[in-house]
Amino acid sequence: MAEMDTSGGGGKHKKGPGVKKGKKMSTRVDLTPMVDLGFLLITFFIFTTTMSQPTAMKLNLPDDTATPEEQNKAKESGAFTILLGKDNNVFFYEGILAPDGANFKSSNFKDIRNEIIRKKQSTDTADLVVVIKPSDESTYKNVIDILDEMSINLIKRYALVDISPVEDQLVKVSEGESPAATTPAATTGGK
Amino acid sequence: MARPKIPRKSTAVDMTAMCDVAFLLLSFFILTTKFKPSEAVPVQTPNSVAAKIAPEKDVVMITLNKDGHVFLSSGDNTSDKQKKHDMIASINGSRGLGLTEAEIQALVKAPFLGVPMTQLKQQARLQTDQMNAQTLPGIPCQDTTNNELIDWMRAVADVYQGGHLNLVLKGDNVAKYPAFKNVLTAFKKNRQFKFQMVTNPESVPQGSDLWKKNISGHGSED
Repeated sequence: MAEMDTSGGGGKHKKGPGVKKGKKMSTRVDLTPMVDLGFLLITFFIFTTTMSQPTAMKLNLPDDTATPEEQNKAKESGAFTILLGKDNNVFFYEGILAPDGANFKSSNFKDIRNEIIRKKQSTDTADLVVVIKPSDESTYKNVIDILDEMSINLIKRYALVDISPVEDQLVKVSEGESPAATTPAATTGGK
Repeated sequence: MARPKIPRKSTAVDMTAMCDVAFLLLSFFILTTKFKPSEAVPVQTPNSVAAKIAPEKDVVMITLNKDGHVFLSSGDNTSDKQKKHDMIASINGSRGLGLTEAEIQALVKAPFLGVPMTQLKQQARLQTDQMNAQTLPGIPCQDTTNNELIDWMRAVADVYQGGHLNLVLKGDNVAKYPAFKNVLTAFKKNRQFKFQMVTNPESVPQGSDLWKKNISGHGSED
Protein backbone atom coordinates (compact mmCIF):
# COMPACT_ATOMS: atom_id res chain seq x y z
CA MET A 1 0.00 0.00 0.00
CA ALA A 2 0.98 3.52 0.24
CA GLU A 3 3.26 2.93 3.15
CA MET A 4 6.46 4.87 3.34
CA ASP A 5 9.71 3.10 3.13
CA THR A 6 11.89 5.43 5.03
CA SER A 7 14.52 3.00 6.06
CA GLY A 8 16.85 4.46 3.49
CA GLY A 9 19.56 2.36 2.03
CA GLY A 10 19.77 -0.02 4.91
CA GLY A 11 22.00 2.11 7.05
CA LYS A 12 25.12 1.82 4.98
CA HIS A 13 25.55 5.46 4.23
CA LYS A 14 25.09 7.02 7.57
CA LYS A 15 25.17 10.69 7.20
CA GLY A 16 26.94 12.80 9.68
CA PRO A 17 25.14 14.62 12.43
CA GLY A 18 23.42 17.73 11.28
CA VAL A 19 22.94 16.52 7.76
CA LYS A 20 19.26 16.30 7.16
CA LYS A 21 18.04 13.07 5.77
CA GLY A 22 16.31 13.63 2.43
CA LYS A 23 12.87 12.11 2.67
CA LYS A 24 12.74 9.22 0.26
CA MET A 25 9.37 8.66 -1.29
CA SER A 26 8.40 5.07 -1.79
CA THR A 27 7.99 3.89 -5.35
CA ARG A 28 5.29 1.45 -4.37
CA VAL A 29 1.87 2.15 -5.73
CA ASP A 30 -1.36 0.90 -4.35
CA LEU A 31 -2.39 -1.75 -6.84
CA THR A 32 -5.74 -2.64 -5.30
CA PRO A 33 -7.89 -0.53 -7.65
CA MET A 34 -6.00 -1.92 -10.62
CA VAL A 35 -6.67 -5.46 -9.47
CA ASP A 36 -10.30 -4.55 -9.00
CA LEU A 37 -10.48 -3.24 -12.53
CA GLY A 38 -8.70 -6.28 -13.88
CA PHE A 39 -11.10 -8.70 -12.31
CA LEU A 40 -14.06 -6.59 -13.29
CA LEU A 41 -13.01 -6.83 -16.92
CA ILE A 42 -12.38 -10.55 -16.58
CA THR A 43 -15.85 -11.13 -15.26
CA PHE A 44 -17.24 -9.01 -18.08
CA PHE A 45 -15.45 -11.03 -20.72
CA ILE A 46 -16.35 -14.34 -19.14
CA PHE A 47 -20.00 -13.44 -19.05
CA THR A 48 -20.17 -12.01 -22.53
CA THR A 49 -18.20 -14.81 -24.20
CA THR A 50 -20.35 -17.48 -25.70
CA MET A 51 -18.12 -20.38 -24.92
CA SER A 52 -20.32 -22.80 -26.79
CA GLN A 53 -19.88 -22.91 -30.51
CA PRO A 54 -22.92 -23.85 -32.49
CA THR A 55 -23.21 -27.54 -32.97
CA ALA A 56 -24.60 -29.40 -35.91
CA MET A 57 -27.15 -32.12 -35.94
CA LYS A 58 -26.85 -34.63 -38.74
CA LEU A 59 -29.86 -35.78 -40.66
CA ASN A 60 -29.86 -38.27 -43.48
CA LEU A 61 -32.86 -38.15 -45.74
CA PRO A 62 -34.26 -41.21 -47.40
CA ASP A 63 -34.34 -41.50 -51.14
CA ASP A 64 -37.91 -40.92 -52.24
CA THR A 65 -37.26 -42.33 -55.66
CA ALA A 66 -36.69 -45.80 -54.27
CA THR A 67 -39.21 -48.31 -55.52
CA PRO A 68 -41.78 -49.54 -53.01
CA GLU A 69 -40.03 -52.90 -52.82
CA GLU A 70 -36.85 -51.23 -51.67
CA GLN A 71 -38.54 -49.09 -49.07
CA ASN A 72 -38.51 -50.18 -45.50
CA LYS A 73 -41.60 -51.83 -44.26
CA ALA A 74 -42.57 -51.22 -40.71
CA LYS A 75 -44.37 -53.70 -38.55
CA GLU A 76 -47.60 -52.39 -37.18
CA SER A 77 -46.78 -53.46 -33.65
CA GLY A 78 -43.52 -51.53 -33.72
CA ALA A 79 -44.87 -48.33 -35.19
CA PHE A 80 -45.13 -45.26 -33.01
CA THR A 81 -46.45 -42.16 -34.67
CA ILE A 82 -45.86 -38.69 -33.29
CA LEU A 83 -47.86 -35.78 -34.65
CA LEU A 84 -46.83 -32.20 -34.10
CA GLY A 85 -49.52 -29.58 -33.92
CA LYS A 86 -49.44 -25.87 -33.37
CA ASP A 87 -48.40 -24.21 -30.09
CA ASN A 88 -46.05 -27.05 -29.21
CA ASN A 89 -48.82 -29.61 -29.03
CA VAL A 90 -47.80 -33.21 -29.49
CA PHE A 91 -50.05 -36.11 -30.30
CA PHE A 92 -49.16 -39.73 -30.71
CA TYR A 93 -50.61 -43.12 -31.42
CA GLU A 94 -49.26 -46.62 -31.59
CA GLY A 95 -49.64 -48.96 -34.50
CA ILE A 96 -52.31 -47.99 -36.98
CA LEU A 97 -54.71 -45.17 -36.23
CA ALA A 98 -58.07 -46.57 -35.16
CA PRO A 99 -60.94 -45.44 -37.40
CA ASP A 100 -62.65 -43.75 -34.46
CA GLY A 101 -59.38 -42.25 -33.25
CA ALA A 102 -59.51 -44.19 -29.99
CA ASN A 103 -55.74 -44.66 -29.73
CA PHE A 104 -55.03 -41.06 -30.63
CA LYS A 105 -53.56 -39.46 -27.54
CA SER A 106 -52.44 -36.01 -26.63
CA SER A 107 -49.13 -35.19 -25.02
CA ASN A 108 -46.53 -32.47 -24.81
CA PHE A 109 -42.79 -32.15 -25.24
CA LYS A 110 -42.13 -32.99 -21.60
CA ASP A 111 -44.17 -36.16 -21.48
CA ILE A 112 -43.48 -37.53 -24.91
CA ARG A 113 -40.08 -38.78 -23.78
CA ASN A 114 -41.68 -41.13 -21.26
CA GLU A 115 -44.01 -42.42 -23.95
CA ILE A 116 -41.08 -43.04 -26.27
CA ILE A 117 -39.14 -44.81 -23.53
CA ARG A 118 -42.16 -46.93 -22.64
CA LYS A 119 -42.64 -47.87 -26.27
CA LYS A 120 -38.97 -48.63 -26.67
CA GLN A 121 -38.94 -50.93 -23.71
CA SER A 122 -42.08 -52.77 -24.68
CA THR A 123 -41.10 -53.30 -28.29
CA ASP A 124 -38.45 -55.36 -29.97
CA THR A 125 -35.65 -53.03 -31.09
CA ALA A 126 -35.67 -54.43 -34.61
CA ASP A 127 -39.38 -53.65 -35.01
CA LEU A 128 -39.48 -50.21 -33.47
CA VAL A 129 -39.92 -47.37 -35.90
CA VAL A 130 -40.98 -43.88 -34.93
CA VAL A 131 -42.92 -41.96 -37.52
CA ILE A 132 -42.82 -38.20 -37.11
CA LYS A 133 -45.59 -36.27 -38.80
CA PRO A 134 -45.34 -32.53 -38.40
CA SER A 135 -48.45 -30.64 -39.35
CA ASP A 136 -48.28 -27.39 -41.28
CA GLU A 137 -48.78 -25.44 -38.07
CA SER A 138 -45.77 -26.90 -36.31
CA THR A 139 -42.48 -25.03 -36.23
CA TYR A 140 -38.93 -25.90 -37.15
CA LYS A 141 -38.10 -25.96 -33.45
CA ASN A 142 -40.73 -28.63 -32.84
CA VAL A 143 -39.24 -30.81 -35.54
CA ILE A 144 -35.72 -30.38 -34.20
CA ASP A 145 -36.90 -31.06 -30.67
CA ILE A 146 -38.55 -34.29 -31.65
CA LEU A 147 -35.55 -35.35 -33.74
CA ASP A 148 -33.50 -34.55 -30.68
CA GLU A 149 -35.69 -36.86 -28.63
CA MET A 150 -34.79 -39.59 -31.08
CA SER A 151 -31.10 -39.12 -30.39
CA ILE A 152 -31.66 -38.72 -26.66
CA ASN A 153 -33.51 -42.02 -26.50
CA LEU A 154 -31.25 -43.68 -29.05
CA ILE A 155 -34.03 -44.49 -31.46
CA LYS A 156 -32.26 -45.85 -34.49
CA ARG A 157 -35.15 -45.91 -36.93
CA TYR A 158 -37.37 -42.94 -37.42
CA ALA A 159 -38.99 -41.28 -40.37
CA LEU A 160 -40.21 -37.82 -41.17
CA VAL A 161 -43.47 -38.27 -43.01
CA ASP A 162 -46.08 -35.86 -44.31
CA ILE A 163 -49.26 -35.73 -42.31
CA SER A 164 -52.35 -37.30 -43.82
CA PRO A 165 -55.59 -35.29 -44.09
CA VAL A 166 -57.36 -37.53 -41.56
CA GLU A 167 -54.64 -37.04 -39.00
CA ASP A 168 -54.48 -33.33 -39.71
CA GLN A 169 -58.20 -33.10 -38.95
CA LEU A 170 -57.77 -35.07 -35.73
CA VAL A 171 -54.95 -32.79 -34.65
CA LYS A 172 -57.01 -29.70 -35.37
CA VAL A 173 -60.01 -31.06 -33.50
CA SER A 174 -57.97 -32.21 -30.54
CA GLU A 175 -56.13 -28.95 -30.21
CA GLY A 176 -59.24 -27.28 -28.90
CA GLU A 177 -59.47 -29.62 -25.95
CA SER A 178 -55.95 -30.91 -25.43
CA PRO A 179 -54.50 -30.24 -22.00
CA ALA A 180 -51.44 -28.68 -23.60
CA ALA A 181 -53.54 -26.11 -25.41
CA THR A 182 -55.40 -24.98 -22.31
CA THR A 183 -52.17 -24.25 -20.46
CA PRO A 184 -49.91 -22.79 -23.10
CA ALA A 185 -47.52 -21.45 -20.49
CA ALA A 186 -46.60 -24.98 -19.52
CA THR A 187 -45.61 -25.93 -23.02
CA THR A 188 -43.85 -22.84 -24.29
CA GLY A 189 -40.64 -24.06 -22.76
CA GLY A 190 -40.55 -26.90 -25.22
CA LYS A 191 -38.62 -29.81 -23.86
CA MET B 1 5.58 -5.79 34.69
CA ALA B 2 6.42 -4.70 31.24
CA ARG B 3 4.70 -6.35 28.42
CA PRO B 4 6.88 -7.69 25.67
CA LYS B 5 6.52 -5.51 22.65
CA ILE B 6 4.72 -7.22 19.77
CA PRO B 7 5.89 -5.73 16.55
CA ARG B 8 2.93 -4.48 14.65
CA LYS B 9 2.82 -5.84 11.15
CA SER B 10 1.20 -4.00 8.35
CA THR B 11 -1.95 -5.60 7.00
CA ALA B 12 -1.13 -4.39 3.52
CA VAL B 13 -0.48 -7.21 1.10
CA ASP B 14 1.59 -6.88 -1.99
CA MET B 15 -0.92 -6.63 -4.77
CA THR B 16 1.54 -6.87 -7.62
CA ALA B 17 1.30 -10.62 -8.05
CA MET B 18 -2.48 -10.57 -7.96
CA CYS B 19 -2.52 -7.74 -10.45
CA ASP B 20 -0.26 -9.75 -12.76
CA VAL B 21 -2.59 -12.72 -12.63
CA ALA B 22 -5.66 -10.59 -13.19
CA PHE B 23 -4.28 -8.98 -16.30
CA LEU B 24 -2.83 -12.20 -17.60
CA LEU B 25 -6.29 -13.73 -17.44
CA LEU B 26 -7.78 -10.62 -18.91
CA SER B 27 -5.47 -10.65 -21.92
CA PHE B 28 -6.12 -14.36 -22.37
CA PHE B 29 -9.86 -13.84 -22.48
CA ILE B 30 -9.63 -10.87 -24.78
CA LEU B 31 -7.38 -12.71 -27.21
CA THR B 32 -9.42 -15.91 -27.25
CA THR B 33 -12.78 -14.21 -27.61
CA LYS B 34 -14.13 -14.38 -31.11
CA PHE B 35 -16.81 -11.84 -31.51
CA LYS B 36 -19.88 -12.99 -33.28
CA PRO B 37 -20.09 -11.33 -36.65
CA SER B 38 -23.21 -9.26 -36.82
CA GLU B 39 -25.78 -11.20 -38.70
CA ALA B 40 -27.74 -9.63 -41.46
CA VAL B 41 -30.34 -12.35 -41.14
CA PRO B 42 -31.07 -12.89 -37.47
CA VAL B 43 -31.83 -16.51 -36.70
CA GLN B 44 -32.61 -18.09 -33.35
CA THR B 45 -31.43 -21.65 -33.67
CA PRO B 46 -33.07 -24.39 -31.64
CA ASN B 47 -31.26 -26.47 -29.05
CA SER B 48 -30.17 -30.04 -29.43
CA VAL B 49 -27.95 -32.53 -27.67
CA ALA B 50 -25.79 -32.94 -30.76
CA ALA B 51 -22.17 -32.60 -29.72
CA LYS B 52 -20.51 -32.15 -33.08
CA ILE B 53 -19.18 -28.68 -33.79
CA ALA B 54 -20.66 -27.11 -36.89
CA PRO B 55 -18.21 -27.31 -39.80
CA GLU B 56 -16.58 -24.21 -41.20
CA LYS B 57 -14.92 -25.53 -44.32
CA ASP B 58 -16.59 -26.46 -47.60
CA VAL B 59 -19.84 -25.11 -46.27
CA VAL B 60 -22.95 -24.19 -48.14
CA MET B 61 -25.41 -22.77 -45.68
CA ILE B 62 -29.11 -22.44 -46.22
CA THR B 63 -30.63 -20.01 -43.78
CA LEU B 64 -34.31 -20.21 -43.00
CA ASN B 65 -35.49 -17.19 -41.08
CA LYS B 66 -38.57 -16.76 -38.98
CA ASP B 67 -40.71 -15.66 -41.91
CA GLY B 68 -39.77 -18.73 -43.88
CA HIS B 69 -37.49 -16.81 -46.23
CA VAL B 70 -34.55 -18.73 -47.57
CA PHE B 71 -31.02 -17.39 -47.98
CA LEU B 72 -27.96 -19.08 -49.37
CA SER B 73 -24.42 -18.42 -48.24
CA SER B 74 -21.06 -20.11 -48.49
CA GLY B 75 -17.94 -20.47 -46.40
CA ASP B 76 -15.45 -17.64 -46.04
CA ASN B 77 -12.24 -19.13 -47.39
CA THR B 78 -10.92 -18.72 -50.89
CA SER B 79 -11.93 -22.08 -52.31
CA ASP B 80 -15.50 -21.65 -51.08
CA LYS B 81 -15.63 -18.19 -52.61
CA GLN B 82 -14.35 -19.60 -55.88
CA LYS B 83 -17.04 -22.26 -55.81
CA LYS B 84 -19.66 -19.65 -55.07
CA HIS B 85 -18.41 -17.75 -58.10
CA ASP B 86 -18.74 -20.88 -60.23
CA MET B 87 -22.25 -21.46 -58.92
CA ILE B 88 -23.42 -17.97 -59.77
CA ALA B 89 -21.73 -18.16 -63.14
CA SER B 90 -23.46 -21.43 -63.96
CA ILE B 91 -26.86 -20.07 -62.87
CA ASN B 92 -26.14 -16.98 -64.91
CA GLY B 93 -25.44 -19.13 -67.95
CA SER B 94 -28.37 -21.51 -67.58
CA ARG B 95 -30.93 -18.83 -66.82
CA GLY B 96 -29.54 -16.21 -69.22
CA LEU B 97 -29.47 -13.53 -66.54
CA GLY B 98 -26.84 -11.48 -68.33
CA LEU B 99 -24.77 -10.73 -65.25
CA THR B 100 -21.44 -9.14 -65.94
CA GLU B 101 -18.25 -10.43 -64.32
CA ALA B 102 -18.22 -7.43 -62.01
CA GLU B 103 -21.76 -8.17 -60.88
CA ILE B 104 -20.88 -11.79 -60.23
CA GLN B 105 -17.92 -10.66 -58.16
CA ALA B 106 -20.18 -8.35 -56.19
CA LEU B 107 -22.57 -11.22 -55.50
CA VAL B 108 -19.70 -13.45 -54.40
CA LYS B 109 -18.68 -10.77 -51.92
CA ALA B 110 -22.22 -10.44 -50.62
CA PRO B 111 -22.74 -12.30 -47.33
CA PHE B 112 -25.66 -14.23 -48.75
CA LEU B 113 -27.91 -14.56 -51.75
CA GLY B 114 -31.52 -13.92 -51.04
CA VAL B 115 -33.44 -12.82 -54.11
CA PRO B 116 -35.27 -14.48 -56.95
CA MET B 117 -32.89 -15.13 -59.82
CA THR B 118 -34.37 -12.37 -61.93
CA GLN B 119 -33.43 -9.83 -59.25
CA LEU B 120 -29.82 -10.93 -58.85
CA LYS B 121 -28.73 -7.94 -60.93
CA GLN B 122 -30.36 -5.61 -58.42
CA GLN B 123 -28.82 -7.38 -55.45
CA ALA B 124 -25.39 -7.03 -57.04
CA ARG B 125 -25.82 -3.27 -56.95
CA LEU B 126 -26.67 -3.14 -53.26
CA GLN B 127 -24.08 -2.31 -50.65
CA THR B 128 -23.31 -5.06 -48.18
CA ASP B 129 -24.87 -3.20 -45.28
CA GLN B 130 -28.05 -2.72 -47.27
CA MET B 131 -28.52 -6.45 -47.56
CA ASN B 132 -30.59 -7.78 -44.73
CA ALA B 133 -33.67 -9.81 -44.10
CA GLN B 134 -35.91 -6.78 -44.61
CA THR B 135 -34.63 -5.65 -47.99
CA LEU B 136 -34.23 -9.06 -49.60
CA PRO B 137 -37.25 -11.26 -50.25
CA GLY B 138 -35.37 -14.56 -50.04
CA ILE B 139 -34.95 -17.26 -52.62
CA PRO B 140 -38.38 -18.40 -53.79
CA CYS B 141 -39.03 -21.79 -52.27
CA GLN B 142 -42.75 -21.77 -51.66
CA ASP B 143 -43.89 -24.80 -53.57
CA THR B 144 -42.64 -27.29 -56.08
CA THR B 145 -43.60 -25.22 -59.11
CA ASN B 146 -41.70 -22.14 -58.09
CA ASN B 147 -38.76 -23.50 -56.17
CA GLU B 148 -35.61 -21.76 -57.30
CA LEU B 149 -33.71 -23.35 -54.45
CA ILE B 150 -33.83 -26.56 -56.48
CA ASP B 151 -31.83 -24.84 -59.22
CA TRP B 152 -29.44 -23.37 -56.71
CA MET B 153 -28.92 -26.75 -55.10
CA ARG B 154 -28.27 -28.26 -58.52
CA ALA B 155 -25.56 -25.66 -59.11
CA VAL B 156 -24.15 -26.38 -55.65
CA ALA B 157 -24.14 -30.11 -56.30
CA ASP B 158 -22.39 -29.61 -59.63
CA VAL B 159 -19.74 -27.31 -58.26
CA TYR B 160 -18.95 -29.50 -55.27
CA GLN B 161 -19.08 -32.72 -57.28
CA GLY B 162 -16.24 -35.03 -56.33
CA GLY B 163 -15.28 -32.88 -53.38
CA HIS B 164 -16.67 -32.84 -49.89
CA LEU B 165 -19.68 -30.68 -49.28
CA ASN B 166 -20.97 -29.72 -45.88
CA LEU B 167 -24.57 -28.80 -46.47
CA VAL B 168 -25.76 -26.86 -43.46
CA LEU B 169 -29.26 -25.73 -42.68
CA LYS B 170 -29.72 -22.97 -40.17
CA GLY B 171 -33.34 -22.61 -39.30
CA ASP B 172 -35.18 -20.31 -36.96
CA ASN B 173 -37.14 -21.65 -34.01
CA VAL B 174 -40.42 -20.24 -35.20
CA ALA B 175 -40.07 -21.04 -38.88
CA LYS B 176 -43.03 -23.10 -39.97
CA TYR B 177 -42.63 -26.71 -40.98
CA PRO B 178 -43.80 -26.26 -44.60
CA ALA B 179 -40.88 -23.89 -45.25
CA PHE B 180 -38.52 -26.49 -43.84
CA LYS B 181 -40.18 -29.16 -45.97
CA ASN B 182 -39.68 -27.11 -49.13
CA VAL B 183 -35.99 -26.81 -48.37
CA LEU B 184 -35.85 -30.57 -47.84
CA THR B 185 -37.58 -31.05 -51.19
CA ALA B 186 -34.91 -28.96 -52.87
CA PHE B 187 -32.20 -31.07 -51.20
CA LYS B 188 -33.86 -34.34 -52.16
CA LYS B 189 -34.44 -33.33 -55.76
CA ASN B 190 -30.69 -32.96 -56.14
CA ARG B 191 -29.87 -36.11 -54.25
CA GLN B 192 -28.32 -34.24 -51.36
CA PHE B 193 -29.46 -36.62 -48.68
CA LYS B 194 -26.95 -35.75 -46.02
CA PHE B 195 -27.05 -32.42 -44.31
CA GLN B 196 -26.52 -30.87 -40.94
CA MET B 197 -28.65 -28.52 -38.94
CA VAL B 198 -27.11 -25.78 -36.86
CA THR B 199 -28.25 -25.92 -33.26
CA ASN B 200 -27.22 -24.58 -29.91
CA PRO B 201 -25.78 -27.20 -27.64
CA GLU B 202 -27.66 -28.31 -24.58
CA SER B 203 -26.90 -30.91 -22.00
CA VAL B 204 -28.15 -34.45 -22.31
CA PRO B 205 -30.98 -35.10 -19.85
CA GLN B 206 -29.84 -37.23 -16.95
CA GLY B 207 -31.03 -40.80 -16.94
CA SER B 208 -31.83 -40.94 -20.63
CA ASP B 209 -30.39 -43.64 -22.86
CA LEU B 210 -27.96 -41.27 -24.54
CA TRP B 211 -26.79 -40.08 -21.14
CA LYS B 212 -26.11 -43.66 -20.05
CA LYS B 213 -24.26 -44.32 -23.27
CA ASN B 214 -22.08 -41.25 -22.81
CA ILE B 215 -21.35 -42.21 -19.22
CA SER B 216 -20.35 -45.72 -20.17
CA GLY B 217 -17.59 -44.27 -22.30
CA HIS B 218 -18.26 -45.14 -25.91
CA GLY B 219 -20.40 -42.17 -26.62
CA SER B 220 -19.18 -41.03 -29.98
CA GLU B 221 -22.22 -39.68 -31.69
CA ASP B 222 -22.44 -39.89 -35.40
